[in-house]
Amino acid sequence: MMRWLAIMVGAAGCYALKLAGHSLPARVLEGRRVRRVAALLPVVVLVSLTATQTFSTGHHLGVDARAGGLAAAVVAQVLRAPFLAVVVVGVAATALLRLLA
Amino acid sequence: MLDKSGDNDYMGRGTTGRRGDPGGRRVVARALTIGAATGAYGLSFGAVSTAAGLDLLQTVALSLVMFTGASQFAFVGAVAGGGNPLAAAATAVLVGARNGLYGLRLAPVVRARGPRRLLAAHLTIDESTAMALGARDEREARLAFSATGLAVFVLWNLATLLGALGARAIPDPGAFGLDAAAPAAFVALVGPRLRSTEVWVLALGGAAVALCAVPFTPAGVPILVAGAIAVAASASRGDAREPGGRP
Repeated sequence: MMRWLAIMVGAAGCYALKLAGHSLPARVLEGRRVRRVAALLPVVVLVSLTATQTFSTGHHLGVDARAGGLAAAVVAQVLRAPFLAVVVVGVAATALLRLLA
Repeated sequence: MLDKSGDNDYMGRGTTGRRGDPGGRRVVARALTIGAATGAYGLSFGAVSTAAGLDLLQTVALSLVMFTGASQFAFVGAVAGGGNPLAAAATAVLVGARNGLYGLRLAPVVRARGPRRLLAAHLTIDESTAMALGARDEREARLAFSATGLAVFVLWNLATLLGALGARAIPDPGAFGLDAAAPAAFVALVGPRLRSTEVWVLALGGAAVALCAVPFTPAGVPILVAGAIAVAASASRGDAREPGGRP
């Protein structure tokens, strides 16, 4: 029961944040600073997520096969590969490195 | 893109959105691609959640009602670590805080009202936001947001169910490299938007700070720290030009 309660509380919290973003008055975004921040933040957060999802396991930092996968994906992106190719290259390189390890 | 941060200054309005236009087809094709990529990741979520001790209904419920992948992983990770379930809920909300800022950014573009806003809020995630902000004009942005949100929702939930059911058949989703799918997709999504030096510096600086915070802070906090630093650094330069060069 406790776990179900936690699932509902967590989901409600996540949804409330999403809805608050969509519901706040538009003038919140009128200020130049707010617009700059709002434009920049998703990029910074996504890059930070990429880093933490690649270089950490729990509370431990480390370089493993995922780093190779990320590097391969970056190379594919720099070479202007199509979206799916970037993802497939990242996944395949990670799997291959684990296979070889 | 960042240089299209205004509401009414999109270029090319009227040249897209026609019936069968290649731009629209391109957007939908890309949305399905992203859905497939996150669906593959959803397989691993279903399996990881089951392995963490959540039952089938709980695992499926998380994907249906929480629907923000990183928060879901944080939740099951905290539960698996023996943490208090309510602390796991708080962690999930922390990780999901960025979605509120996405909503703030998307609202003027998506312009959903009433029940549609309730639905739009639920579909506000990393992938749908990145696709909407990467669009060439407002109409394409709305299509990109809806198509990506719906594609990811359907495939993520389907994959979660399959992953949970097949958890025993896939003892280690990582062996297939699926845990690298999300970071690789983020590279493809964010790459084109890393245009100016300022964005590069803040993005890499934020990532470095987040990594430094990983050993010392609860799951999810490193991302918020990086975001907070980006906000502070960006706001402190509020008198300068906007990213992308609008005067």
